[in-house]
Amino acid sequence: MNKIKSLNDLRKIKQDVEQKMDLREKSDNPDRYVQIKVAMATCGIAAGAREVMNTLIEKIAQDKIDAVVTQTGCMGYCHAEPTVEVRKPGAEPVVFGHVDREKALAIIDKYIKTGELLEGIIPVNYQTA
Amino acid sequence: MDTVKLTIDNKEVVVSKGTTVHEAAKQVGIHIPKLCYMNLELLGLENKPAGCRICVVEQEGRRNLAPSCSTTCTEGMVIKTNTPRVLNARKTVLELLLSDHPKDCLICPKSGRCELQDLAVQLGIREIHSVENAEMSTYRKDHSPSIIRDMDKCVMCRRCEMICNNVQTVGALSAVNRGFMSVVAPAFEQDLKDSPCTFCGQCVAVCPTGALTEVDQVQKVIRALTDKTKTVVVQTAPAVRVALGEEFGMAPGTIVTGKMVAALRGMGFKYVFDTDFAADLTIMEEGTELLDRIGRYLKGDKEVKLPILTSCCPAWVNFFEHNYPDMLDVPSTARSPQQMFGSIAKTYLADKLGIKREDMIVVSVMPCLAKKYECQRDEFKVDGNPDVDYAISTRELAHLIREANIDFKTLPDQDFDKPMGESTGAAVIFGTTGGVIEAATRTAYEVFTGNKLPRIDFQELRGLEGIRTATVDFNGTKINIGIAHKLGNARKLLDGIRSGLYNLHAIEIMACPGGCIGGGGQPLHHGKSDVIQARFDAIYREDAAKPIRKSHENPDIIKLYEEFLGKPLSEKSHHLLHTHYFDKKNK
Amino acid sequence: MAQYKMHLLVCGGTGCRSSESDLIIENLQHSLREKGLENDAQVIKTGCFGFCEQGPIVKVLPDNTFYTGVKPADAAEIVAEHVLKGRKVERLLYKDPEKQMAVSDSKHMGFYRKQIRIALRNCGFIDPENIDEYIARDGYAALAKVLEEMSPEQAIDVIKQSGLRGRGGGGFPTGLKWEIAGKNKADQKYVVCNADEGDPGAFMDRSILEGDPHSIIEAMSICGYCIGATKGLVYIRAEYPLAIKRLQIAIEQARNYGLLGENILGSKHSFDIELRYGAGAFVCGEETALIHSMEGKRGEPTVKPPFPAESGYLEKPTNVNNVETLANIPAIYLRGHEWFASIGTAKSKGTKVFALAGKINNVGLIEVPMGITLREVIFEIGGGIKDGKKFKAVQTGGPSGGCLTEKHLDTPIDFDNLLAVGSMMGSGGMIVMDEDDCMVAVAKFYLEFTVEESCGKCAPCRIGNKRLHELLDKITLGKGTEEDIEQLRNLSVVIKDTALCGLGQTSPNPVLSTLDNFADEYLAHVRDQHCPAGQCKALRQYLILADKCVGCTACTKVCPTGAIAGEKRQAHLIDQAKCIRCGACIEKCKFSAIIIPSTKI
Repeated sequence: MNKIKSLNDLRKIKQDVEQKMDLREKSDNPDRYVQIKVAMATCGIAAGAREVMNTLIEKIAQDKIDAVVTQTGCMGYCHAEPTVEVRKPGAEPVVFGHVDREKALAIIDKYIKTGELLEGIIPVNYQTA
Repeated sequence: MDTVKLTIDNKEVVVSKGTTVHEAAKQVGIHIPKLCYMNLELLGLENKPAGCRICVVEQEGRRNLAPSCSTTCTEGMVIKTNTPRVLNARKTVLELLLSDHPKDCLICPKSGRCELQDLAVQLGIREIHSVENAEMSTYRKDHSPSIIRDMDKCVMCRRCEMICNNVQTVGALSAVNRGFMSVVAPAFEQDLKDSPCTFCGQCVAVCPTGALTEVDQVQKVIRALTDKTKTVVVQTAPAVRVALGEEFGMAPGTIVTGKMVAALRGMGFKYVFDTDFAADLTIMEEGTELLDRIGRYLKGDKEVKLPILTSCCPAWVNFFEHNYPDMLDVPSTARSPQQMFGSIAKTYLADKLGIKREDMIVVSVMPCLAKKYECQRDEFKVDGNPDVDYAISTRELAHLIREANIDFKTLPDQDFDKPMGESTGAAVIFGTTGGVIEAATRTAYEVFTGNKLPRIDFQELRGLEGIRTATVDFNGTKINIGIAHKLGNARKLLDGIRSGLYNLHAIEIMACPGGCIGGGGQPLHHGKSDVIQARFDAIYREDAAKPIRKSHENPDIIKLYEEFLGKPLSEKSHHLLHTHYFDKKNK
Repeated sequence: MAQYKMHLLVCGGTGCRSSESDLIIENLQHSLREKGLENDAQVIKTGCFGFCEQGPIVKVLPDNTFYTGVKPADAAEIVAEHVLKGRKVERLLYKDPEKQMAVSDSKHMGFYRKQIRIALRNCGFIDPENIDEYIARDGYAALAKVLEEMSPEQAIDVIKQSGLRGRGGGGFPTGLKWEIAGKNKADQKYVVCNADEGDPGAFMDRSILEGDPHSIIEAMSICGYCIGATKGLVYIRAEYPLAIKRLQIAIEQARNYGLLGENILGSKHSFDIELRYGAGAFVCGEETALIHSMEGKRGEPTVKPPFPAESGYLEKPTNVNNVETLANIPAIYLRGHEWFASIGTAKSKGTKVFALAGKINNVGLIEVPMGITLREVIFEIGGGIKDGKKFKAVQTGGPSGGCLTEKHLDTPIDFDNLLAVGSMMGSGGMIVMDEDDCMVAVAKFYLEFTVEESCGKCAPCRIGNKRLHELLDKITLGKGTEEDIEQLRNLSVVIKDTALCGLGQTSPNPVLSTLDNFADEYLAHVRDQHCPAGQCKALRQYLILADKCVGCTACTKVCPTGAIAGEKRQAHLIDQAKCIRCGACIEKCKFSAIIIPSTKI
């Protein structure tokens, strides 16, 4: 183990571990972050929700976006799986249907980064936990 | 020196910085009641754990009451020592102490001299408020050859612990257990006799209650006195005569040698002798041993053990047997005066009187409790018969005199019997620290140089400083002398010798503070320094008043050698007057 | 590095571990491997979550799902359902006692809602055995900041400005303590962490040491820099094996990183820490007694002054702070003294950790801002009284504190307010009592503790507390008199006024506060030989209700002393003189005909 000789050494370790801890930090204060929920019920998983979720998590880490990805149960839109709900701080949640890898990237690049809406929005008529 | 001004009971007091409220109050004549606190300034013995809470006072601006013994005066402090709040607290706390104390005052050995009893009288306790059958903390009674521990009577003042650990560095006593059941006891709750206790008795000397007392042999002595088949012989140690008077209301330092002899004779002791005689004998033997070792040393003998250590003090002997088993060949082999006396009495004297050893009872009156243990040592017995049968303390002698209905103060003076009652001033000073070595010097100088001493008083060897050193010029040969009293100082001196800090030829060590005048068997000083000082002064007064002041000039000693022993360190001397030591650490 | 989608935090505190939380971790890991999810979810053993009533606890992130009462066998289901399918395991969710609804997100639990976690900031959040996780949470950044930017005087000033007061009981201003120790010149000084937690029911210090040991190391090092000490000692009770282990691991890790040792972070500051083990004597929480115990002497207090800041361990200037106090230190430097001082009341800043216990729904460890009311703590965070019973009293401050009642419920909790109403903050024990608790018996319980724990040095504590206990015992046996009550009061006042140390001076508080607040209950015991709460067995009265008794004789047969007389099909009667109050009859009666009346009949 290398000795920590300065504040910079300390910061370096902090940065290295921070990413790992990121998930916990964000879930402690979810309201301050973009919350992304992926429906991961059987129907969702069958439609490829797991891949979507991995894509989202990787993209967020890569682009250093303050967002937290969680999985949720079936939202009731089995016809439109995989579905992804995005709730930006202070905004109403938006649900996207038929999300695949590409669309997942687009949600981040467009809706989250610039606020531009995409196609395939499902009107929200339920409340997730 | 910096001073602070404060007010105690509306009186202004100016004291030097660092003074406690208790001492400051004393300066304006206010004596705050106390129990655990003890301050024997002269000898540097202070105990203030602030545990009893009897000495509490009200301090303006303070939330709770302050223990005056351990509260330091500060500028502008306002103290009240007798408000209703203080009086109620003091009384309630004393009641608490009494509620956990046996109520057998009438038959307690400490009755009449008990500080707890005095306090109950002073505070006018008439009732002890506590529930019926309130639990008492108890502990098994512990009998040792010298000391009885009755911890049911312990008030946890911790004076014994302080003296045993801080002053004597013996470490036999410390607080054990917790809370209500806490008690002062040897480690692992051993009995005292199995602990490193030296039986110096200083714990007994400072105990405010009947928790620590001596093994009382008064009744055994009375029984011996009434036995027509026995010849009872008594010897009295030098320090007894300057303290016994205190027991009868006489001023400390009053010399009562003549009254003491009269009282003893009046009670039926057949022969009243003086341990001082044996002290002179000790000087002959120990002094010769010293000169022998120094002589061999000066001739280049590498084997010779120097410094030579005195061996008169039995607590000191116990101490080095426990703590310095590797140095058992360093102390003088001379027996203590008490044992030399017993040995000569049951041989030389018994022969002279034509009685059998078994028919002679030797009682010694000692300022000491370790003497009780010493006289029971196996090496001081012949076929199971001890050289000294009973060693009673100064306090026990006073009990005996009172019990015998003798009006001590008005007794006419009488003289000791012959032959073992003759003594010199050198023997008298055995009773205080520095005395033995001064007595030895008086004789050794004249024997070594062959010249008369130009002066008899060696002021450089006197005093109450814990460790003292001086160099005496033996006609060109410089003899370095060390003196220590209190076993903690003895330890320091011995460790200093080991580490090369001191270069000494002869050392006198006394276990008790001040030497035998402050012995564990003396009338209780109750923490008063002037008592010790008065005894100290009296010893040297008695010495100065003696016609003969050098041991080797004692005519009966000279006669003893001529008639019986031959010469110092003779074979007979070795047999009767010398001893050897045991390793008690690794027993 | 694997990018985990999920973190499963499992409580590794002493409480949950005794309910097999180690096995839960094993089983979770096993199930994850089985399902091939070991790279998706990470299992982390953390410190205590505080909600011990409902342990063992497993918290799933990022969705903050809070599983309670988890058993090792539940691990497979959590993995199969929650991790794999995203479905919460309903039956393991915490149920709101009032709304009878499952609450999945811990943020919405009453227990956590009003808490502010400063001292406990990392407990239940990081892996205490991993220094990197502590560093990721800005660990050792406060030390770095102090060493780089501040002189010792400036650093002490931050603590002074923050208004932090000692959390161990007395509430002495921490900054001032540091300043005094800093000003005393000596060749060696010591920083001592007092981890001799001894109040019955209090376990906040243990939880901090188990859950966030590095915060204590960091704070001690900062303190060392401030007062000029290079040596730190943690006095910890040997009964805390897990805390000791975590602390040892943490010290080792800090040494390996050079965060303990010579020239820390390239500065001139050197500091290292050793552990000293206590035998669990309550009095050793008193700082002078603690120091004597560390020196190998009998653990007994001595009169102050001299204070440890002047003459402490080995007679060198020594600063003693308790664990919770120290846990606040790094946060104050990182977030600023203004932030800290903005929390709390005028004279008590920041938060306080309390151990909630007794007749309360949510037993556990909580951290709340100073100034919160007892009502909020007991009824909102604590979830109210168990089994819908009536609140009677709350005991704060452990054996040194007092019993507070209904009328104190809206008192904002801080050091001075609690003292003013006859209790104290103490180390933060909070025991709630309901209508079934007899206040005389409660006082007796605490006195039993102080009698056990008194060191025996001073007479008022050694004997006085014993006598208090005997008097209380007499009263609970129905043998007390009104004079006994008077005596109780006088004795209590005198002990408070004369005892040597804080333990003794505060030991009568449970008696005095119950005497003040529940005088009638004492009187009922001595005048009517009756215990209104029905708790004092000797005073319990059993009565048969004639209209309910069918005369089945079941009770007469079970009564061991033949105290119940009665013919078949006729109402029975209990002979009070013969009754030994064993309660066998009440258990046997199928008709609820036997009662213990709340007033004497």
